Amino acid sequence: MRNNRLVWRDLDWVMISIYLLMMFFGWLNIYSAVYNPDNHALFNFSLRYGKQMIWIGAAIIIALGILLIDPKFFNQFAYLIYGIHLLSLVFVLLFGKEVAGSKSWFQIGSLAIQPAEFVKYATALALAHYLSQLDVKVNNIKTTIIAGIIILIPAALILLQNDTGSALVYVSFIFVLYRRGLSGNIFVIGFVFVFLAILALLLQSIAQKLILLGILFLILSVLYYFMRRNISNALKLLAVFVVLSGFVFSVDYAFSKLQAHQQVRIKVLLNMEQDLHGAGYNVYQSKIAIGSGGFKGKGYLQGTQTKFKFVPEQSTDFIFCTVGEEWGFLGSAAVIILFVFLLIRIIQVAERQRSTFAQIYGYGVASILFFHFTINIGMVLGLIPVIGIPLPFFSYGGSSLWAFTILLFIFIRQDAERMKLL
Amino acid sequence: MRKDKYANRKYIVYGFFVFVGIIFLIRIFYLQLYSDEYAFAAENNTLRNVVIYPPRGLVYDRKGKLIVYNEAVFDLMIIPGQAKSIDKIAMSNLLQIDTTEYNKRFAKARKYSSRKASIFEKQLSKKKTAFLQEKLFKFPGFFVQARTLRKYPYANAAHLLGFVGEVNQRDLKKDKFYVAGDYIGKSGIEKFYEKSLRGQKGVQKLMVDVYNREKGAFHNGKFDVEAVNGKSLHTGLDIQLQAYGEKLMQNKIGAIVAIEPSTGEIIAMVSSPSYDPNLLVGRVRSKNYTRLLRNPLKPLISRAVISSYPPGSTFKLAQALIAEQEGVLFPSTHYVCHDGFTYKGLHVGCHHHKPSIDLEESIEISCNAYFCNVYRSIIDNPKFSSAEMGFRQWRKYIMNMGFGRKFGIDLPYEGKGNIPTPEYYDKYYHRGHWNAITTISLAIGQGEILETPLQLANQAAFIANEGFYYTPHIVAMVGDSGLRNAKFAEKHYVGIDKKYFRPVINGMERVVENGTAKLAQIDSVIVCGKTGTAQNPHGKNHSVFIAFAPRENPQIAIAVFVENSGYGGTWAAPIASLMIERHLKGHIPQKRKWLEKRMLEGNLIPKNEK
Repeated sequence: MRNNRLVWRDLDWVMISIYLLMMFFGWLNIYSAVYNPDNHALFNFSLRYGKQMIWIGAAIIIALGILLIDPKFFNQFAYLIYGIHLLSLVFVLLFGKEVAGSKSWFQIGSLAIQPAEFVKYATALALAHYLSQLDVKVNNIKTTIIAGIIILIPAALILLQNDTGSALVYVSFIFVLYRRGLSGNIFVIGFVFVFLAILALLLQSIAQKLILLGILFLILSVLYYFMRRNISNALKLLAVFVVLSGFVFSVDYAFSKLQAHQQVRIKVLLNMEQDLHGAGYNVYQSKIAIGSGGFKGKGYLQGTQTKFKFVPEQSTDFIFCTVGEEWGFLGSAAVIILFVFLLIRIIQVAERQRSTFAQIYGYGVASILFFHFTINIGMVLGLIPVIGIPLPFFSYGGSSLWAFTILLFIFIRQDAERMKLL
Repeated sequence: MRKDKYANRKYIVYGFFVFVGIIFLIRIFYLQLYSDEYAFAAENNTLRNVVIYPPRGLVYDRKGKLIVYNEAVFDLMIIPGQAKSIDKIAMSNLLQIDTTEYNKRFAKARKYSSRKASIFEKQLSKKKTAFLQEKLFKFPGFFVQARTLRKYPYANAAHLLGFVGEVNQRDLKKDKFYVAGDYIGKSGIEKFYEKSLRGQKGVQKLMVDVYNREKGAFHNGKFDVEAVNGKSLHTGLDIQLQAYGEKLMQNKIGAIVAIEPSTGEIIAMVSSPSYDPNLLVGRVRSKNYTRLLRNPLKPLISRAVISSYPPGSTFKLAQALIAEQEGVLFPSTHYVCHDGFTYKGLHVGCHHHKPSIDLEESIEISCNAYFCNVYRSIIDNPKFSSAEMGFRQWRKYIMNMGFGRKFGIDLPYEGKGNIPTPEYYDKYYHRGHWNAITTISLAIGQGEILETPLQLANQAAFIANEGFYYTPHIVAMVGDSGLRNAKFAEKHYVGIDKKYFRPVINGMERVVENGTAKLAQIDSVIVCGKTGTAQNPHGKNHSVFIAFAPRENPQIAIAVFVENSGYGGTWAAPIASLMIERHLKGHIPQKRKWLEKRMLEGNLIPKNEK
């Protein structure tokens, strides 16, 4: 029996409720972040909270629209949607408007659209479509490469726009591949490389780096001792050692190729530099704003740090500051728990899908949201270098809100259909 | 759906989510509940950004004397958003204002911003500041901000130095550096060198509790921005010579400009009448400004660089140089003068002297007829097909000498003077219907030609240098780097070969020695000068004198202009010679005191303008 009619009670109201709750709470905080006691008309559409109100209204209309579309459409036309969005990335490189060093905006009248935001869901669709084909298995090399290409094309185009943060988001699709069979070693390898990179940066002198290599050699020797001791294993470990040594000595070079502000942000995080009036200032002020919130917070609209505009990008990337300052530990913990809960709920719902496409897509949704959540709040809390990506459903901005809405509601729509699939 | 052998991997994914969630919870626990490094504001402390105003750059004269410095004053500031539940009556009493005035000021500050500080009361006295500061804890939202005011230990050089005043709306719009209540250079070098003088503002972040008590620097001043002091200006001015010049010019209208020929530095620049620069400082500024503005003698006008006058006979020097360079005049050229120059009914008068004279004699006695002939020989030079071509060539030389255009002196306003264009005469007489004779008054520096005293002094300077000048300027060095301002280091050649200066300078020496300016003689110094008498259709003629001295290795080139005083030799020449003597010798010898006295006491302001 196939019936394309939407049944309202089949919708996952848990996800929808969390979505609405987050948007509403996000708006309250944007209102507070731009709040000006001299001028606080609620419906002032020239100010950010007024505009965000419009974006939210539009987001709800978009969500309803998606729920009315035949869910099979997204599977069947996944590549087409993906292709169109890739084209939009090319166009923005050619005709886009440059804002703060990134050429990533289309200006249509007074509305500025950032195509990179929308490419995320398109990539998730394309990846899900590809991986859900019957003959595709992730544990073979060809599949991994094709999946990798699907992921890396948009990432590369976004990198060309000079929007490093948005490009990094595509790393998160590793979770999707992992769930479909990619070896878990990828996480171990990733961890080892990040760890070594940090050490290599901190250990500035050659002598220190040689000591680090000595320790590495020792660890690999111990590993060899516990492995089957044969030539093949010895050679493997030696190869690993050579690769890691090369890596340790190339980190400084790679680092020097980063843009100046990126270098500073990383150095600030590693306590190698203070830069109290630049990147360090943002993070420090953000920590102060949050720290001053205490247990209960200063109360809504009572934040002093945020009112004095100490924290830059208050309503966009640093919106979590306002939560921390005005709603205290209670409010920020609630937001963190709500996010973790939403992510777990998405995976739960993904796991109950009968359609492989829907399941993989669900993992894509969770991966993207998880990455944004980790990077954004990690940055605000001073745990990760400053990388400008928004906090889903919270941060000010039409493009990102609509893109996350589309991302989530395509999944909700797929899920509503699960009973009807044979 | 097929059996999924990777199904258990969902738990690893959950693990990642929960792990990050827990890390974040631990982090906010640390930031918000555990560490007090970030929790300073938990007690409702607020941060206050106190702007540190850097002292404005100082100004020195050529001998290193301080001529402009700063004095600290205090403004009472208000942040209206923090000034809640204030005892208005108590505050009004402290400031000796009534509550209506209090409300008016509060409303004005509130209108500007409730979060940013505005000035509530300007320039409190030190005593009042000390008194107020004790009581301020009762008035949250009020605080005292230090600023500086300009002070002038010598009450001279007002026109050059200019003055500072509060920024207006236009300044605020043009440059984001300023906020309402800031000071900015309004004229003189204060305006021209504003960006060097103002320095950079600093910011001090202070923690303040609910009782308006300062709780010290925020994080030990880690986030403060230090103010950078304004740069000093080292001028070429000799403030004592300047003061002497102003004294000589008292009760006279006119200007003195003295330039060091070897650098272009202005040693003294007097515009008379002048005023005490201290009048335009602080609370009394606007009142005094209005008074000066209404004065019929217009003391605010910097006559030395802006006003233009007919140069009179001093212009003959330029004529001689051009004619020599063009090959139509030689030192031995003789012209005959019988009480003037006559041509087809046109007559330019001259005083009585021996009829046939050469170039040096013509300068010495300032013969009008001689220079009418010289001028004619330039314009009607047979190598040109028309008088217009000859005039264009003449005008090119004149402009090259710095007449009829601005030098680009380091002052905000500069006059151009006027050198008529051929187009002007075309319009007046129709094309082809004018020639050397119709424009003959130019020959002796009358008619349409106008020069500023600065241009006149520069003429003396390039003659002293025998062919070039440096752009005249006030400030020799900006900052204490010891580097001279490169902008003014370029030599400007006037297009006359060095050899042609000799007869002209000889003539100028004879002017002082034996000619029209014998009162300008100085013991043991050879002064080269030229008098001029500019006809003034509105009253008594203006007296002009330009000079440089000593003849070898000249130290000073000067122009003096005294309005409504008659012959150049009577007033302008003695004043110039006193300035020169004072500059070269440091004093006026007893023998010339009588002349000094006569100059100081002379009152030449027309009766009807008093």
